Amino acid sequence: MTDTFSLAGTSFTSRLIIGTGKYRSFDEMKAAHKASGAEMVTVAVNRVPLDGKTESFLDHLDPKMKILPNTAGCYDADHAIRTARLAREALETEWIKLEVIGDQITLLPDNEQTLAAARVLVKEGFIVLPYFTDDLIMARKLLDAGCPAVMPLAAPIGSGMGVQNPSNLRIMREQLPDATIIVDAGVGVPSDAAIAMELGADAILMNTAIAEARDAAQMATAMNLAVQAGRLAYLSGRMPKRLYASASSPIQGAIK
Amino acid sequence: MAHHQILLNGESREIPPETNLDTLLEIFSLPKQRVAIELNNRVVSRKNWPATIVRDDDKVEVVHFVGGG
Repeated sequence: MTDTFSLAGTSFTSRLIIGTGKYRSFDEMKAAHKASGAEMVTVAVNRVPLDGKTESFLDHLDPKMKILPNTAGCYDADHAIRTARLAREALETEWIKLEVIGDQITLLPDNEQTLAAARVLVKEGFIVLPYFTDDLIMARKLLDAGCPAVMPLAAPIGSGMGVQNPSNLRIMREQLPDATIIVDAGVGVPSDAAIAMELGADAILMNTAIAEARDAAQMATAMNLAVQAGRLAYLSGRMPKRLYASASSPIQGAIK
Repeated sequence: MAHHQILLNGESREIPPETNLDTLLEIFSLPKQRVAIELNNRVVSRKNWPATIVRDDDKVEVVHFVGGG
Protein backbone atom coordinates (compact mmCIF):
# COMPACT_ATOMS: atom_id res chain seq x y z
CA MET A 1 0.00 0.00 0.00
CA THR A 2 1.32 3.42 -0.91
CA ASP A 3 0.39 5.89 1.77
CA THR A 4 2.71 8.82 1.44
CA PHE A 5 2.46 11.90 3.55
CA SER A 6 2.52 15.07 1.50
CA LEU A 7 3.35 18.43 3.03
CA ALA A 8 3.70 21.65 1.07
CA GLY A 9 4.55 19.77 -2.10
CA THR A 10 7.08 17.43 -0.47
CA SER A 11 6.31 13.73 -0.12
CA PHE A 12 7.39 11.74 2.88
CA THR A 13 7.19 7.99 3.42
CA SER A 14 7.45 8.36 7.18
CA ARG A 15 4.80 10.08 9.25
CA LEU A 16 7.17 10.54 12.15
CA ILE A 17 9.08 13.81 12.49
CA ILE A 18 11.64 13.94 15.25
CA GLY A 19 13.70 16.42 17.21
CA THR A 20 17.40 16.70 17.77
CA GLY A 21 17.44 18.00 21.34
CA LYS A 22 18.29 16.37 24.69
CA TYR A 23 20.29 13.43 23.33
CA ARG A 24 23.15 12.31 25.55
CA SER A 25 25.52 12.08 22.59
CA PHE A 26 25.62 12.67 18.86
CA ASP A 27 26.11 8.94 18.26
CA GLU A 28 22.97 8.18 20.22
CA MET A 29 21.05 10.79 18.27
CA LYS A 30 22.23 9.42 14.94
CA ALA A 31 21.27 5.87 15.91
CA ALA A 32 17.82 7.04 17.03
CA HIS A 33 17.27 9.03 13.86
CA LYS A 34 18.15 6.02 11.74
CA ALA A 35 15.91 3.70 13.74
CA SER A 36 12.97 6.10 13.62
CA GLY A 37 12.72 6.05 9.85
CA ALA A 38 11.99 9.79 10.03
CA GLU A 39 12.82 11.93 7.02
CA MET A 40 12.55 15.31 8.69
CA VAL A 41 14.16 16.60 11.88
CA THR A 42 13.73 19.80 13.82
CA VAL A 43 16.61 22.02 14.90
CA ALA A 44 16.76 25.17 17.02
CA VAL A 45 18.30 28.55 16.22
CA ASN A 46 20.75 29.74 18.84
CA ARG A 47 23.48 32.28 19.42
CA VAL A 48 26.94 31.14 18.35
CA PRO A 49 29.05 30.94 21.54
CA LEU A 50 31.80 33.55 21.63
CA ASP A 51 34.30 31.27 23.38
CA GLY A 52 35.44 29.76 20.09
CA LYS A 53 34.14 26.28 20.82
CA THR A 54 31.83 25.92 17.84
CA GLU A 55 31.26 22.46 16.57
CA SER A 56 28.84 22.31 13.67
CA PHE A 57 25.82 20.50 14.98
CA LEU A 58 24.38 20.07 11.50
CA ASP A 59 27.33 17.88 10.51
CA HIS A 60 25.90 15.21 12.79
CA LEU A 61 22.66 14.95 10.84
CA ASP A 62 22.09 12.51 8.02
CA PRO A 63 22.38 14.69 4.87
CA LYS A 64 19.25 13.01 3.51
CA MET A 65 17.16 14.41 6.36
CA LYS A 66 15.03 17.44 5.65
CA ILE A 67 15.83 20.05 8.27
CA LEU A 68 12.97 21.93 9.88
CA PRO A 69 14.23 24.87 11.94
CA ASN A 70 12.06 26.01 14.83
CA THR A 71 11.47 29.26 16.66
CA ALA A 72 11.76 27.70 20.12
CA GLY A 73 12.44 30.09 22.94
CA CYS A 74 10.43 32.92 21.39
CA TYR A 75 7.83 34.56 23.59
CA ASP A 76 6.31 37.01 21.13
CA ALA A 77 5.55 37.24 17.42
CA ASP A 78 8.36 39.68 16.75
CA HIS A 79 11.06 37.36 18.14
CA ALA A 80 9.62 34.39 16.28
CA ILE A 81 9.58 36.34 13.01
CA ARG A 82 13.20 37.44 13.50
CA THR A 83 14.24 33.87 14.34
CA ALA A 84 12.46 32.51 11.25
CA ARG A 85 14.22 35.04 9.03
CA LEU A 86 17.59 34.09 10.51
CA ALA A 87 16.88 30.40 10.00
CA ARG A 88 15.94 30.99 6.37
CA GLU A 89 19.09 32.97 5.77
CA ALA A 90 21.37 30.39 7.37
CA LEU A 91 19.78 27.23 5.99
CA GLU A 92 18.26 28.53 2.77
CA THR A 93 14.95 26.90 3.62
CA GLU A 94 11.50 28.43 3.64
CA TRP A 95 10.27 25.84 6.13
CA ILE A 96 9.76 26.91 9.71
CA LYS A 97 8.20 25.27 12.73
CA LEU A 98 6.54 28.29 14.31
CA GLU A 99 6.55 28.13 18.07
CA VAL A 100 5.61 31.13 20.21
CA ILE A 101 5.58 30.21 23.87
CA GLY A 102 3.33 31.96 26.35
CA ASP A 103 4.59 30.73 29.68
CA GLN A 104 7.89 29.37 31.01
CA ILE A 105 6.39 26.82 33.37
CA THR A 106 3.97 25.14 30.99
CA LEU A 107 5.60 26.08 27.67
CA LEU A 108 2.05 26.30 26.37
CA PRO A 109 1.75 28.18 23.09
CA ASP A 110 0.60 31.79 22.83
CA ASN A 111 -1.97 31.25 20.10
CA GLU A 112 -2.61 34.94 19.52
CA GLN A 113 1.06 35.72 18.93
CA THR A 114 1.46 32.53 16.90
CA LEU A 115 -1.31 33.60 14.54
CA ALA A 116 0.12 37.11 14.24
CA ALA A 117 3.56 35.71 13.38
CA ALA A 118 2.08 33.15 10.96
CA ARG A 119 0.32 35.89 8.99
CA VAL A 120 3.55 37.86 8.56
CA LEU A 121 5.71 34.85 7.72
CA VAL A 122 3.28 33.39 5.17
CA LYS A 123 3.30 36.75 3.37
CA GLU A 124 7.11 36.57 3.31
CA GLY A 125 6.96 33.20 1.57
CA PHE A 126 7.61 30.91 4.51
CA ILE A 127 6.11 27.44 4.78
CA VAL A 128 4.77 27.90 8.28
CA LEU A 129 4.07 24.87 10.46
CA PRO A 130 2.55 26.27 13.65
CA TYR A 131 2.58 24.62 17.07
CA PHE A 132 -0.59 25.62 18.93
CA THR A 133 -3.18 24.56 21.48
CA ASP A 134 -5.45 21.77 20.26
CA ASP A 135 -8.31 24.05 19.33
CA LEU A 136 -10.45 23.79 16.20
CA ILE A 137 -11.15 27.51 15.85
CA MET A 138 -7.47 28.37 16.12
CA ALA A 139 -6.65 25.65 13.59
CA ARG A 140 -9.08 27.23 11.14
CA LYS A 141 -7.53 30.66 11.60
CA LEU A 142 -4.02 29.30 11.06
CA LEU A 143 -5.10 27.47 7.91
CA ASP A 144 -6.89 30.59 6.66
CA ALA A 145 -3.65 32.50 7.26
CA GLY A 146 -1.98 30.18 4.75
CA CYS A 147 -0.29 27.56 6.90
CA PRO A 148 -0.05 24.27 4.94
CA ALA A 149 -0.56 22.27 8.14
CA VAL A 150 -1.42 22.79 11.77
CA MET A 151 0.45 21.23 14.70
CA PRO A 152 -1.74 20.90 17.77
CA LEU A 153 -0.15 19.71 21.00
CA ALA A 154 -1.08 16.41 22.62
CA ALA A 155 0.22 17.66 25.99
CA PRO A 156 2.83 20.22 27.13
CA ILE A 157 6.29 20.02 25.53
CA GLY A 158 8.47 17.38 27.14
CA SER A 159 5.70 16.23 29.49
CA GLY A 160 5.23 12.76 28.02
CA MET A 161 1.60 12.84 29.15
CA GLY A 162 0.14 11.61 25.87
CA VAL A 163 -3.03 12.82 24.16
CA GLN A 164 -4.78 14.78 26.93
CA ASN A 165 -7.83 15.73 24.94
CA PRO A 166 -8.69 13.10 22.35
CA SER A 167 -12.07 14.75 21.72
CA ASN A 168 -10.39 17.93 20.50
CA LEU A 169 -8.30 15.97 18.03
CA ARG A 170 -11.35 14.03 16.83
CA ILE A 171 -13.32 17.22 16.36
CA MET A 172 -10.43 18.83 14.49
CA ARG A 173 -10.11 15.81 12.22
CA GLU A 174 -13.84 15.62 11.52
CA GLN A 175 -14.32 19.33 10.94
CA LEU A 176 -11.14 19.80 8.91
CA PRO A 177 -11.10 16.65 6.79
CA ASP A 178 -8.71 18.11 4.21
CA ALA A 179 -6.28 19.77 6.61
CA THR A 180 -2.89 18.31 7.41
CA ILE A 181 -2.76 17.80 11.17
CA ILE A 182 0.56 17.01 12.82
CA VAL A 183 0.42 16.28 16.53
CA ASP A 184 3.40 18.04 18.07
CA ALA A 185 4.55 17.62 21.66
CA GLY A 186 3.39 15.56 24.59
CA VAL A 187 3.86 12.01 23.31
CA GLY A 188 5.50 9.82 25.95
CA VAL A 189 5.19 6.24 24.77
CA PRO A 190 4.35 4.50 21.50
CA SER A 191 0.72 3.96 22.53
CA ASP A 192 0.34 7.76 22.74
CA ALA A 193 1.59 8.09 19.19
CA ALA A 194 -0.70 5.30 18.05
CA ILE A 195 -3.71 6.96 19.71
CA ALA A 196 -2.98 10.27 18.00
CA MET A 197 -2.69 8.54 14.64
CA GLU A 198 -5.83 6.46 15.26
CA LEU A 199 -7.67 9.72 15.88
CA GLY A 200 -6.67 10.83 12.41
CA ALA A 201 -3.47 12.83 12.84
CA ASP A 202 -1.48 12.85 9.60
CA ALA A 203 1.87 12.77 11.35
CA ILE A 204 3.54 13.10 14.75
CA LEU A 205 6.41 15.30 15.82
CA MET A 206 8.28 14.22 18.94
CA ASN A 207 11.62 14.69 20.63
CA THR A 208 11.82 13.96 24.36
CA ALA A 209 10.01 10.62 24.26
CA ILE A 210 12.85 9.24 22.14
CA ALA A 211 15.79 11.29 23.42
CA GLU A 212 15.07 10.61 27.10
CA ALA A 213 14.35 6.91 26.70
CA ARG A 214 17.00 4.70 28.30
CA ASP A 215 17.57 3.16 24.87
CA ALA A 216 16.78 5.95 22.46
CA ALA A 217 17.31 3.96 19.26
CA GLN A 218 15.08 1.13 20.41
CA MET A 219 12.38 3.61 21.44
CA ALA A 220 12.70 5.26 18.04
CA THR A 221 11.97 1.91 16.41
CA ALA A 222 8.96 1.47 18.68
CA MET A 223 7.66 4.94 17.79
CA ASN A 224 8.13 4.26 14.10
CA LEU A 225 6.02 1.09 14.39
CA ALA A 226 3.40 2.80 16.54
CA VAL A 227 2.92 5.62 14.07
CA GLN A 228 2.52 3.09 11.28
CA ALA A 229 0.12 0.97 13.35
CA GLY A 230 -1.99 3.97 14.27
CA ARG A 231 -2.13 5.14 10.69
CA LEU A 232 -3.19 1.73 9.39
CA ALA A 233 -5.85 1.54 12.10
CA TYR A 234 -7.22 4.95 11.15
CA LEU A 235 -7.38 3.97 7.47
CA SER A 236 -9.00 0.66 8.38
CA GLY A 237 -11.86 2.24 10.34
CA ARG A 238 -12.28 1.11 13.90
CA MET A 239 -15.17 -1.01 15.20
CA PRO A 240 -17.88 0.85 17.10
CA LYS A 241 -17.59 1.01 20.89
CA ARG A 242 -20.41 -0.81 22.68
CA LEU A 243 -21.37 -0.76 26.32
CA TYR A 244 -22.26 -4.45 26.27
CA ALA A 245 -20.68 -7.57 24.83
CA SER A 246 -21.14 -8.79 21.28
CA ALA A 247 -20.32 -12.46 20.92
CA SER A 248 -17.62 -13.39 18.43
CA SER A 249 -18.64 -17.03 18.17
CA PRO A 250 -22.08 -18.10 16.93
CA ILE A 251 -24.58 -18.49 19.75
CA GLN A 252 -27.00 -20.51 17.66
CA GLY A 253 -25.85 -24.06 17.16
CA ALA A 254 -23.89 -24.31 20.35
CA ILE A 255 -24.55 -27.63 22.03
CA LYS A 256 -27.00 -27.69 24.85
CA MET B 1 40.49 56.38 16.15
CA ALA B 2 38.86 54.86 19.21
CA HIS B 3 37.44 51.36 19.13
CA HIS B 4 33.73 50.86 18.74
CA GLN B 5 31.69 49.30 21.47
CA ILE B 6 29.11 46.81 20.21
CA LEU B 7 26.76 44.25 21.67
CA LEU B 8 27.63 40.88 20.13
CA ASN B 9 25.28 38.03 21.03
CA GLY B 10 24.29 39.93 24.13
CA GLU B 11 27.87 40.58 25.26
CA SER B 12 29.74 43.85 25.14
CA ARG B 13 32.73 43.75 22.77
CA GLU B 14 35.19 46.23 21.24
CA ILE B 15 35.98 46.26 17.53
CA PRO B 16 38.20 48.45 15.34
CA PRO B 17 36.48 51.18 13.31
CA GLU B 18 35.33 50.22 9.80
CA THR B 19 34.89 46.56 10.73
CA ASN B 20 32.45 44.86 8.37
CA LEU B 21 30.35 41.80 9.21
CA ASP B 22 32.66 39.46 7.35
CA THR B 23 35.73 40.59 9.29
CA LEU B 24 33.71 40.65 12.51
CA LEU B 25 33.32 36.88 12.26
CA GLU B 26 37.06 36.55 11.69
CA ILE B 27 37.98 38.80 14.62
CA PHE B 28 35.97 36.64 17.00
CA SER B 29 36.82 33.31 15.29
CA LEU B 30 33.17 32.61 14.55
CA PRO B 31 32.10 30.14 11.85
CA LYS B 32 30.94 31.48 8.50
CA GLN B 33 29.08 28.49 7.14
CA ARG B 34 25.45 27.86 8.04
CA VAL B 35 25.22 30.89 10.29
CA ALA B 36 23.10 34.00 9.93
CA ILE B 37 23.68 37.54 11.12
CA GLU B 38 21.23 40.09 12.39
CA LEU B 39 22.29 43.73 12.71
CA ASN B 40 20.02 45.84 14.90
CA ASN B 41 17.20 43.29 14.57
CA ARG B 42 17.43 43.02 10.76
CA VAL B 43 18.91 40.06 8.93
CA VAL B 44 21.85 40.94 6.71
CA SER B 45 22.18 38.46 3.87
CA ARG B 46 25.53 36.79 3.38
CA LYS B 47 26.31 38.63 0.15
CA ASN B 48 26.05 41.95 1.98
CA TRP B 49 28.37 41.05 4.86
CA PRO B 50 31.55 42.58 3.36
CA ALA B 51 29.79 45.87 2.58
CA THR B 52 28.06 46.20 5.93
CA ILE B 53 30.06 48.24 8.44
CA VAL B 54 29.39 47.71 12.13
CA ARG B 55 29.07 50.99 14.01
CA ASP B 56 29.29 52.11 17.61
CA ASP B 57 26.43 50.81 19.77
CA ASP B 58 25.29 48.37 17.10
CA LYS B 59 23.61 45.18 18.24
CA VAL B 60 24.79 42.10 16.37
CA GLU B 61 23.41 38.58 16.66
CA VAL B 62 25.23 35.67 15.06
CA VAL B 63 23.23 32.44 15.16
CA HIS B 64 23.73 28.84 14.21
CA PHE B 65 21.78 25.64 14.81
CA VAL B 66 21.64 23.44 17.87
CA GLY B 67 19.57 20.44 18.90
CA GLY B 68 15.91 21.17 19.44
CA GLY B 69 12.41 19.80 19.19
